[in-house]
Amino acid sequence: MTDATLENAPYAFVRKETLPQEAPPLSVAGPAAWIRAHLFSSPLNAILTLLCLYLVVDSVPGLIRFYFLDAVWTGTNRDACLADKVGRPVGACWAYVGDRLQYFIYGSYPVADRWRVDIVFAMFALGIVWLLWNKAPLKKLGFFFFFVILPLSAFILLLGGDRAEGLLRFLILFNFALAVLFLVLSFAPSLAKFWIGEGQLAVEEAMPPWQRFYRPKRLILISLVVFGLLALLADKVGLPRVDTGLWGGMMVTFLVSAVGIVFSLPLGVLLALGRRSRLPAIQLLSVIFIEFVRGVPLITVLFMANTMLPLFVPQEWSPDRLLRPLIGVALFAAAYMAEVVRGGLQAIPKGQYEGAMSLGLGYWQMMRLIILPQALRIVIPGIVNTFIGLFKDTTLVTIVGIFDFLRTIEATLVDPTWATPTTRTTGYAFAAIFYFLCCWGMSRYSVAVEKRLAAGQKR
Amino acid sequence: MSSIPSQPREPGKASLFYDPKIRGYVYQIVLLAVVGFLIWSAASNAIENLRAQKIASGFGFWHNAAGFDVNQKLIPFSASGGSTYGQAFFVGLLNTLLVAAIGIVLATIIGFTVGVARLSNNWIVAKLAMVYVEVIRNIPLLLQLFFWYNAVLKPLPDARNSIALPGSIYLNNRGIILPSPNFGPAFEAVVVAFIVGIAAAIAFFIWSRRHQMQTGKQYHNGWIALALILGLPLLVFFITGRPLTFDYPQQGRFNLTGGMQIYPEFVALLIGLSTYTGGFIAEVVRAGILAVSKGQSEAANALGLRSGPTLKLVVIPQAMRVIIPPLTSQYLNLVKNSSLAVAIGYPDLVQVFMGTVLNQTGQAVEMVSITMAVYLTISLVTSFFMNIYNKRMALVER
Repeated sequence: MTDATLENAPYAFVRKETLPQEAPPLSVAGPAAWIRAHLFSSPLNAILTLLCLYLVVDSVPGLIRFYFLDAVWTGTNRDACLADKVGRPVGACWAYVGDRLQYFIYGSYPVADRWRVDIVFAMFALGIVWLLWNKAPLKKLGFFFFFVILPLSAFILLLGGDRAEGLLRFLILFNFALAVLFLVLSFAPSLAKFWIGEGQLAVEEAMPPWQRFYRPKRLILISLVVFGLLALLADKVGLPRVDTGLWGGMMVTFLVSAVGIVFSLPLGVLLALGRRSRLPAIQLLSVIFIEFVRGVPLITVLFMANTMLPLFVPQEWSPDRLLRPLIGVALFAAAYMAEVVRGGLQAIPKGQYEGAMSLGLGYWQMMRLIILPQALRIVIPGIVNTFIGLFKDTTLVTIVGIFDFLRTIEATLVDPTWATPTTRTTGYAFAAIFYFLCCWGMSRYSVAVEKRLAAGQKR
Repeated sequence: MSSIPSQPREPGKASLFYDPKIRGYVYQIVLLAVVGFLIWSAASNAIENLRAQKIASGFGFWHNAAGFDVNQKLIPFSASGGSTYGQAFFVGLLNTLLVAAIGIVLATIIGFTVGVARLSNNWIVAKLAMVYVEVIRNIPLLLQLFFWYNAVLKPLPDARNSIALPGSIYLNNRGIILPSPNFGPAFEAVVVAFIVGIAAAIAFFIWSRRHQMQTGKQYHNGWIALALILGLPLLVFFITGRPLTFDYPQQGRFNLTGGMQIYPEFVALLIGLSTYTGGFIAEVVRAGILAVSKGQSEAANALGLRSGPTLKLVVIPQAMRVIIPPLTSQYLNLVKNSSLAVAIGYPDLVQVFMGTVLNQTGQAVEMVSITMAVYLTISLVTSFFMNIYNKRMALVER
């Protein structure tokens, strides 16, 4: 009997329509069931749940009261945060953070010149977004910006003075000579093929003229020209020298981590290639460097940079107090980066190497065009994790006397202007929030990249 | 398919410039020359600079008297007693090893607890464990140490108003004051009994494993081992007439007298290191347990094993293989991170040797090299044993 005949059947006791589904019994669905399954599934779990609940109820309201409800948000000195002056229990003293925020960001950098730091901050943010945002255009130019233009501009802008001006003049000349030369060469049809290659030339000839500017290599050149013009402008304005002893706060924290990133990545790639090299001397030196640095604490490396570096160079070259830990951090991070990159190199199948070689590519061509783009892409999460470690480790420069963000917090804590019982807890909470947001943001990014990379493997 | 007779081509006579072998040699010689030159110039500059600054070099300082005191020391050391820099080195080294050893034990306990808690099906337990891991891992250790030392331990009341805890334990801004144990002469027998107990337990394990292989009979290994390791020393302890007494701290008018003081620097460093490393170990443990595929525990259930034996015989042995290598590197990190002691003034190797001794003698090269050599030795020895372990544990594949 089919359905059709059943529906037409003349019997009154045959139900014609389907009944609506009944809701599942309360014991397997709904909040009660969820609570039973996830909180009270066994006596042990019940005890644990109650214990955890007690912990949360015991601590969270107190924290909220301390950091928000009882907190003091405005004020100009310690009187605002003293319980007997205010006449009520006082929690966190956020007024102190607000009052000292400028110091936390810039350290003792002269107020009139802080715009220079702001420009570097903005360039740094632009570079980070450019590199990390997957859909950002012109990635190659982004790399050039982050690894060449940014460090040079930061050096000139932040330091100022004679040495920076000397570098500036040299760069301007170099820039202009190079940029003009290549820009002319690249547009002269007979010479263009040397610059952009014959295949590219054919593609380009099919383009409307204005689009020809939109080629990565030309954009690099154009940006060089723009940079040169800006630098010329800065040179005309004149930048007074700001001694590194005055630098401090988040600016130094970001500086140390940026230097670590900018130098450790290329160095790490070189070391990783060296470690996998077939030339015994190169391999041995790379292994010794990597294993040595990874075997000792960062503090000892910083102490070494601080005390031994000045001994190793002629006295008149003695490096700046800030430069020493920067060198230490960069070398330290490079060794860890090398191991991450090596992991990526090892994951590339042998066929890729052999394929590249059979195409007649030389060693550097093979690495640059075939191997490294694949290897670096799969180790992005590892690289980001190394950066997180590096960012947290920048706090150690405090110990060799550099005024990084953490040190500026410590410095304000001994200042009697804001000496209250809650200042210390507030300052530490502020620092913790700052570091947490930066590191947590980076780790979220690394998780997202990992997911995107794994998307191709999912079946 | 017809084969074309192939004639072996004469090997091309490339110019020497393009010969990869010769190029390789040239690269290496150039690199070695550059590195050699760098080392040579660094050394000659160092010699010249040291001479200009009138700083002695060499290891003669080792037997010179050290003019400073250290609060926490495991071996006798005092400035007035004429202790030497060499002894200061061992004071620092022992302090580093002490905090690292206790820290490793605590971090392991915290890490395994939190790691398992993150996988718990109890929602609130898992969430709390996650919050712990995220917060601890994303805040610099140095900040955490400052917090424990400056914000938690230093604001404790002074000695006169010590907080008394049960068991004659006092808490104040000079640290924790505990009853100090006095070991009677017969206590050595207890120690010997403890060692004998451990040896006997190991011997029993080997015997019972062999016996089980032959007959299939199982013993309650855990209980018997417990009886041997703890029961035997306890028995000896009571037979020899309890050769252990405690010296209880007395609350005086201004100060506490007697007892054993644990310094706040040590406590802060220990708490900071073990909670921080514990957060990392938790992630290692979680990854290790997740690496054991669900089919393994399901298969064990299908064979009729209950959840206890499933965990003990199937899941944990496989998870440990994944856990142990990263766990060791976390232990090494803990040892290396213990050098942050210098920031809160705990007299570890870096603080004593690279800090105080370096400042007094000015011999940077020697101090930095010795300190680095110690950490390097610890790292290399550990990774040597790790390699042996990995070889033994590696999956035997056909």
